[in-house]
This record gives sequence, structure tokens and C-alpha cells, in this order.
Amino acid sequence: MTNAWISGTAIAALVGVVGFFVVMRGAAFAAHAIPNGAFAGAAGANLIGVNPLFGLVAFAMAAAFGIGATSRRTKSDVATALALVMMLALGAAFLATSTEYEPAVNALLFGEILGVSSSEILPVLVLALLCGLGLAVLYRPLLYSSISPELSNARGVNVVAIDILFLVVVALTSALAVPVVGALLTFSLTIGPPAAARLISDRPGRALALSVLLSLFTLWAAIASSYVSTLPIGFFVGTLSAVVYLAARGWDVRRTRRIQRQVA
Amino acid sequence: MHWIFEPGLFSNGSVRTALVLGAMVSIVSAAVGVFTVMRGQSFAGHALTDVATAGGAGASLAGVSPLLGFIGGGIIGAGAMDAIGVQRVKGRDIATGVVLGAATGLTALFLYLVTLHSAATGSTQQILFGSVFTVEPSTVPDAAVLSVLVVAGLLVIRRPLLLSSISVELAAARGVRLRAVGVAFMAMLAVAVGLSAIVIGAILSTALLIGPPASTLKVANRFAWAMSLASVLGVLATWLGIVMAYDSYYWFPSHRGLPVSFFVVSLVVVEFAVASYVGQRRKARIIVAGHDPTKTPEQVGWV
Amino acid sequence: MSGTDLLKVEDVTVSISGRVILRDVNFRIDQGEFTGLIGSNGAGKTTLLRVILGMQEVASGRVTVRGQALTRSNRSIGYVPQKVLFEADLPIRVRDFVALGVDGHRYGVARRSRATLGLVDEMLHAVEAAEFSDRRIGSLSGGEQQRVLIAHALVSRPELLLLDEPLANLDPGNAQEIIQLLHSVATGQHVAILLSAHEMNPLLPVMDRVVYVANAQVASGTTDEVIRPDVLSTLYGHHVDVLRVHGRILVVAGENVDVGHVVPEHPPFVVE
Repeated sequence: MTNAWISGTAIAALVGVVGFFVVMRGAAFAAHAIPNGAFAGAAGANLIGVNPLFGLVAFAMAAAFGIGATSRRTKSDVATALALVMMLALGAAFLATSTEYEPAVNALLFGEILGVSSSEILPVLVLALLCGLGLAVLYRPLLYSSISPELSNARGVNVVAIDILFLVVVALTSALAVPVVGALLTFSLTIGPPAAARLISDRPGRALALSVLLSLFTLWAAIASSYVSTLPIGFFVGTLSAVVYLAARGWDVRRTRRIQRQVA
Repeated sequence: MHWIFEPGLFSNGSVRTALVLGAMVSIVSAAVGVFTVMRGQSFAGHALTDVATAGGAGASLAGVSPLLGFIGGGIIGAGAMDAIGVQRVKGRDIATGVVLGAATGLTALFLYLVTLHSAATGSTQQILFGSVFTVEPSTVPDAAVLSVLVVAGLLVIRRPLLLSSISVELAAARGVRLRAVGVAFMAMLAVAVGLSAIVIGAILSTALLIGPPASTLKVANRFAWAMSLASVLGVLATWLGIVMAYDSYYWFPSHRGLPVSFFVVSLVVVEFAVASYVGQRRKARIIVAGHDPTKTPEQVGWV
Repeated sequence: MSGTDLLKVEDVTVSISGRVILRDVNFRIDQGEFTGLIGSNGAGKTTLLRVILGMQEVASGRVTVRGQALTRSNRSIGYVPQKVLFEADLPIRVRDFVALGVDGHRYGVARRSRATLGLVDEMLHAVEAAEFSDRRIGSLSGGEQQRVLIAHALVSRPELLLLDEPLANLDPGNAQEIIQLLHSVATGQHVAILLSAHEMNPLLPVMDRVVYVANAQVASGTTDEVIRPDVLSTLYGHHVDVLRVHGRILVVAGENVDVGHVVPEHPPFVVE
């Protein structure tokens, strides 16, 4: 269980930061597609008997670069939806040929508290730390290029390199999150708490911190609830992310109305 | 032909059921899908599938027909999308995604409870990835009736639906009741998603809904032709997928076949890639030939 | 000329979100007349057109068509909106789109009659769109699109055709063609035209009547009756000069000159 808390904390903190930038850059689709790729990778690794972490990372990276390459050329709704679905189908095919179908599918798609075993906790933490350091180093250029690519380019920021590095971080984060949170729920955790944070605060520094806090809260609460009730963690992640987001929406609406009344 | 049509393919009752069901579902999906893609509502269609999944899982838990569950979930999802607003506005993407993430969470819950309460295994696979080979034969008449209803409904509202899909303003000016038509269409979309979920699973049903229509739109100029071609591509992918899934039992020594949905989705993607290529070549040919790029291939004399 | 006017707008006042967009608007249109609805951007032209279409509520006043009260989607009024964006991949041919002008609002499974198809052909010829009638509507240029929209609106045989800034995105050559087209349609098919624009000079040769919108108010009559310093000054609420140069009209206020436009020193009540 300590593994769950440790890995959960690392993952939530990382997702909180990454999700903040994903929302800011309007890259919600990437947050949807990359975990699906990770799912296929884990299933594939499972099939050939390799450490799932390799599969997760490899396919997540492939998906990330695929998105990076094609998003410049086509803004096609359809192409992206098909890609999303293709990766799920691929993962399903991989799993179908293994003998442990049902528990594996459930765990990979909907998450598992003990998704990170003792043998994996060290590489997971190392990767999480690397990503965290990378984000810390890239923070300012990443922020500026997310707000305005043109302006930051003019100021000498290598926007293309930042884009690529960011995609790499998103891929790694997804690879780490999927075993615990589940491929289908990673999107919720990546988008929900950060979007909520942005609704509450306009200032990047504060919103970022808030995003991490909300993310931690969501995942901790999900782990705790899942542990106590024995119900799947994915259920709590999905529900709590939605609740956090809706609460922030409600708070924002009330604040806007309060201001309107003051002005009138 | 032996290696394409493995032994027992056509004499197998569940395969015949699968082919019939698959054809019906593909045609309905194609018809509804053409409008969905034209209206730019691919995202909405995709989002519906999340709630439909929860519906199917819930139905499985309650011991009710999964078809009902999928469709019921789809209708609730359609209602939620209507409440949030279907236009592709930035904030709404997130709102929709997050709310539907909750639906996925429900799916996780329901599927877990199902495994607790029943000894039957494989329900996860069936709901998520389709169960066309193991579907109850009684589902077929239900699906047939629903398919006919959807197609008939589309026929009846096709002109107002078409006009409002081309331009909301023009339709409004002509007195088309946009809200009624929009709601009716959403209901049909929910039913189509539900039907398709039976064959290839709820989370993959998007492929059959938007894949063949999108492929068609790259090459078809006329609406009637687009509808027909989309249906053909859909049925082709589904039938071929069913045959290959059946065959795949014989491919591995472990006698574990690959899911139908995997083949269908792959074929849909292949169709889309080919159609995109053909569409691109057409445009390129016209431009390279130095002809007026605004003229059709027919006018230029290529076709 | 028949006893009742084709269109009569009486004492119409429109307010949106508490702001008055149009106040006490009065004018009428007779059958077959070509009327220009002139005013700068934001003056309220689109609002007025929407009122006539029954898509905008009025705070007071009324609009009648041949003496009858306005209903939503009056079949005797055709409409060409300002910007209709056709997605490039819509699998709809020009002729199919024009046919929807006849039955786009109808439910049911009936096939199109030969008469309808003939009408569509006729209209396509009238707007000179026959040569591209089999192309996808998304592949048309701006000028071609405008013609097709006009055909779509005319095919249901309206008595009055409303066009919202049809010339705005066209180059002068195309704009002239459209104006000539509309003029021949008006005279040939006895369709009254009400066309909004912020530039009145291209319309001078064909306009029977001007409805000039400024400062939430309207002055209507012939060009000579309306485009005069006294009338326009009253409308704007401050001094306005009208110059005629080489057959063109310049409306001038203070030191700011703009062809066919007024750029007033004190901006009029600008609303969306």
C-alpha cells in the first residue's frame, strides 16, 4: 500500500503540472490519445513477456510523435478520432491473445491502486523525477510558448524544440499514470483538476500550484476511497475529477455574478 | 479460397447472425455517420460512446439486454451533450470530456460489480470490444426494428436535416425547426451508437460511425452517392472483419481468436487512408495538369 | 400597382439587451422595387433585415407583408445571408443545394418532381451558374457562391429578396456583376430587392429607393430625396455635407472624408 501512496503522489504531482500546460495549449486531444497508445504498448509488452514499462513508454512516445507530426498538417476531427480508436483496438487485440484477459484489461483501462509494484517503484520514481526536473528547467520557455508561440519565437525561444520536449514529457507522464489510473481515465485526471485550477486563478504561477494541489487531492482521495471501499480506483478518479471541475465552474459562475452585481 | 474461408465459416450459426447484424449496423452507422461528419459532430459522436459504454455496463449488471443499455446510455449522453452545447468551443471540449470521464468511471464501477456478482466471464470484453459472435439471437429482431426506424426517420427528416447541416442560417430563414431536427438527429445518433456497440463494442463504435462516411466524403460529390458508398464501405469492413476474426481462431496454436472489433477498426482505418490518398491525388492531378483547379475532374476530362 | 404595399414597416423600434438599435422606423417597399439599405457597419442593417424575416422581436411597431402580419419564415420573402461558409468536403452539388431552396424545409420521402428540377435549371441559368452546377458547393469562389445563394433564395419564387451585405467580400468587378444580375432578376421576375450595403455608389444606377440607417434612425425615399445635407444632418444629429463628384456621392462630416460613407466626429450610437 505504501507503493500506492508513493507512486500516486509522484504521478499526481507530475500530472498536475503537465495537465496545466496541456489545458493551456489546448492539447486535450493529445491527453486523450497518448494514454490509449500507452495502453496498446502495455498490452503488447504483456504479450511478448517484456516489462510493461517498456511497452508503455515506447508506444506512448510513438503516439506522441505521431500526433506531433500530423497535427501540423491536418486538423481533422476524424483522423484523430480514428487514431484514438485504432490504438484501443490494437491493445484489445494484443490482450485477446494472452490468457489473462479480463483482469489485465480492467487494470490497464480503468486503473489499479497497486498498479505499480515494488520492483517498478524505483524506475517510476526516477522517471517522474526526471520529468519534474525537465519541466522545472523548461518552465519559463514552456509557459511563454504556450501563451504565444509567435511572440516567444521572436524572443529566441526554440518553439519547435519545446513542442517536441513537451510531447516527450506528456508521453512519459501518461506511461507512468496509466498503470495506476487507467488509460481511459488518465484524460480525466490530466484535464479536470488543471482546468478547475485555471477557472479559479488567472495567474500562471498560482494556477499551476493549484493544479498540482487539486491533482494530488483528487488522486489521494481516489486511492483512499478505493482502498476503503474496494471499488475500482478508476471510478473515483473519473467521478472526483468531474466533481472538482464542476465545483470550480460553479465557483467561477458565482464569482462572475457577484462582480456583475457590484458593477451594476 | 480455403485459407480465406476457414472450415465451417458459413455453416456456423453465430457467424451468420454476425453477418446479418453486422450489415444492418454498418448501414445504419453509415447513414447517420454521413450527417454526423457533415455537421462536424464527430466529437459529439465520440463522446456519446463513453456514456453508452456506461449504459451497457449498467445493463449487464442489471441483467437487462445490453442493446437497451447502450442505447439508453447513448440517449442520456445525447441529453448531456445538448445541455452542454454541441458546438466545438474550447471550454466545452473540456467540460464535455470531464463529465464523460465520470461516465467512464461509472463503467469501471459497473464492470467491477458485474464480475463480483456473476460467474460469467468475458462481459468486459463484450461490452468494451463487442460481442457479435456471442450475441443472443433475440437481439437480431430488436436490432432490425431499430435499424429500420432510424433509417426511416432519416428519410423523413433528410431535407431539413441536410439544409440545417449545410447552413444553420439558411435553414432558420426557411422556417426549419432547428431544435426539433437537432434533437431528433441526436436520438438517431444514440441509437446508431448503441447498435454499433453490440457489434464492435461501445468504445470502438466511433470507427464505424465516422470512418466510412469520412472516407466517402473525400471522393464523393453527390449526396446520394456518398450515402451509398459509405454503406458499402461500412458493410465491407464489417463483413471482412467478421470473416478474419473467425479465421483468426486458426492462426494461433492457442486457438484464441482476435476480436472482430480489431479487424473492423483496422479495415476502416485502411479505407480512410486509401480514400485520403485518392482524394489527394485527384486534387494534385488537376493542379499539376495546369488546369483550372476549380474545375472537377469530369470537366477537365480526366474522368 | 396593387393597393397594398408589398412590405410595410411601421413605427418599428428594436432594442437588444436594453440598448435601442432602431427607433421609429418607417418605410415601404413596392413590388419589383430595388431598394438599398445603406448605413455604416453596426448601424443596424442586419437587425432590420432580421426583423423583416421574423427572426427578431420588435419592442413596438409592426411589419406587414401585403397587409398581412409577419409570420416566421414567410414564404414570399427570400433571404441571402451575409456569410455562408460551405465546408469544402460537403458532398452537395450546386444544383442539389439550389433544389433545397424549394423543399429544404419539408419533411417526407417524396421525390423531387420534374417541374422542380426544371425550375432549378431555369434558376441556375438565370444566375449564370449553369456551367458549374455539378460542382461541390464548397469548391466555389466568392462570386460564384453569391450567385448560387441567390438562386437558392429565388427558386422558391419569393416576392421580396433580402440580401445582407452581398457585395462586402467581392472585388468591384464581381460586385458589378451581382448588381446587374439582381437588377435583371428584379425587372424580369418582378422580385423586389432589399439589399444592405455600406457603400452606396455601386448601387446608384439601379436603386429605386434608399433606406438610410444612421443613429438608430431611418430616412427613406429616392436617392435625391434622402441623400441631402438637411435630411442626413437631421439623421446624424450634426452637420453633414453631401458632395457629388463625377456621378459619385460623397457624404462628408467635418474633416473626415470617406467615399459613400460618413465618418462622423461624434460616432453615432454603435451597437452590435
